[in-house]
Amino acid sequence: MNEGSVKPYLQLREELSRRDKSLREKVVTLEEAASFVQDGASVGIGGSTMSRTPMAMIWALIRARKKNLTCSRSIVSTEGDLLFGSGICDHMVTSWFAQGILWGLSKVMRHHVEKGSARYDEWSHMAVGMRFRAGAMGVPFMPIRSMLGSDVLKQRPEAKEIDCPFTGEKLLLVPALNPDVALIHVQRCDAYGNAQIDGLQFMDIDLAMAANRVILTTERIVSNDQIRRAPDETKIPFFCVDAVVEVPYGCAPHECYGAYEPMMQHMEAYVAQANGDPVGGFKDYLDRYVYGPKLWTEFLAMIGMDEVLDASRRGRSIYDD
Amino acid sequence: MTEPQRYTANEILTVLSARQLRDGQVVFAGVGVPLLAATLAQRTRCPGLTILFEGGVIGAFVEPGKLPPSTNDQRCTKRANMVLGSAEVLLLLQRGYVDVGFMGGAQIDQYGNLNSSFIGDPAHPKTRLPGTGGGNDISSLANMIVAMKHEKRRFVEHVDFITSPGFIRGSDSRAKSGLPTGGMFRVVTELAVFSFEDEERRMKVAALNPGVTRDEVQDKTGFELIFDDDLAITEPPSEHELATLRLLDPERLFTA
Repeated sequence: MNEGSVKPYLQLREELSRRDKSLREKVVTLEEAASFVQDGASVGIGGSTMSRTPMAMIWALIRARKKNLTCSRSIVSTEGDLLFGSGICDHMVTSWFAQGILWGLSKVMRHHVEKGSARYDEWSHMAVGMRFRAGAMGVPFMPIRSMLGSDVLKQRPEAKEIDCPFTGEKLLLVPALNPDVALIHVQRCDAYGNAQIDGLQFMDIDLAMAANRVILTTERIVSNDQIRRAPDETKIPFFCVDAVVEVPYGCAPHECYGAYEPMMQHMEAYVAQANGDPVGGFKDYLDRYVYGPKLWTEFLAMIGMDEVLDASRRGRSIYDD
Repeated sequence: MTEPQRYTANEILTVLSARQLRDGQVVFAGVGVPLLAATLAQRTRCPGLTILFEGGVIGAFVEPGKLPPSTNDQRCTKRANMVLGSAEVLLLLQRGYVDVGFMGGAQIDQYGNLNSSFIGDPAHPKTRLPGTGGGNDISSLANMIVAMKHEKRRFVEHVDFITSPGFIRGSDSRAKSGLPTGGMFRVVTELAVFSFEDEERRMKVAALNPGVTRDEVQDKTGFELIFDDDLAITEPPSEHELATLRLLDPERLFTA
């Protein structure tokens, strides 16, 4: 019995053994990185809510017209709208899905879930984390003590209630999540993929270890010497990483810790347009901001110099005092 | 209320929620009113309050006028003692380090169960709500304070869907479900402060907010309320509490 997508251990090891884990330069373009994601793949997304979202990579996947992706993330914000609304993803695994607490419900998510064109599997936040953790550990599940007694659990037959063999207590086993590919944005990494993350790590380290491929986007590529000067800041080792893309402002209009805060005028305008008309209004946004620009920098220019600079000033202010 | 309103519904909700916290506690706070109320408590009576956020923050000290738009934003880390992974901070709940879980609610029932997932049948929902986030973990593993708006459609006999468990079906059903610890401690609204009775674990009115009558609370509640024998009347928000609150949220992001 293989419940859901839990991979047998030998398959997990076999898949990893086929990867090229050598120390080599992995720098590619956004478009090349997008070609590493197959239609139908399960895709783990780093960051959380509006923070360190690999937005440029998601933008590139939409432009590459991917199909039938299943995505997982700790907490989903507007990138979830983009994934569902563009039609590249029809299945989201997460604990929370809206644009942000300031804006209430996402009409885009509602439109797709309520009419049945996309599926949102809800787990508790800790359950998502422990599913990545199990995946990272190479074990088929982790035991947790939440979700029990709730209707969230009733919706998730993939999770199994057991009596603990040591204490007899009730526990919940949540299945390992080993995405085919992880998309993670970091502040800096070297060309080999040694990645340093400032501030909040969210679930990214487990996600990187759990996934069968990792695509890093980074604010900047630094030398390997730079990495070696502060190895304690390295959170993801190069041998997990398959591609490195340098994309300054790669989380826009979301934030990247210490670099920029969310670009709230763009976010507000997006939410007003998408929630105002989750079909037509959303499509107009997609045409204008995702399919329209030739390059990511052109999208940034559309957000506007004023807003990008203001977000940067606020973002860097974390180091001011 | 007879006198002209000195405060909005959300302001009294925030002030009274803040009063439920004690100095020295470790509190796990959700975004919105809980974050604001925990910060208010920290800036008034509880300087030694340790605030945890699910983004992975221990000992947050949110800056006035710079409220984070979620508990996963960099603003949550300002002057914190520690940042850590999301799973790690949630596991502190499971290990037992958290004194109080503190969150908002969209729909609650007489046993303190919260729904933030579905309106209507989950198989064919009328409305798909955002979901639990860390709410289920917090309410499964800690003693809870819930701050929410008081409306009849929000205070229902049985929630459509138990996203974050309170006392489930009452009595010992929570422990029997595998949740031997935690549970609802207080619910705070703009009308009253509620606790839960010891036997059936049903919601009861512990104190009425200033100027609010029993009938008013009952009228806005979709199930029959129990009133505490020692029903208290809450002291109105002080000038100091309101002034501090308005300093924290000058744009009224969470207190409009």
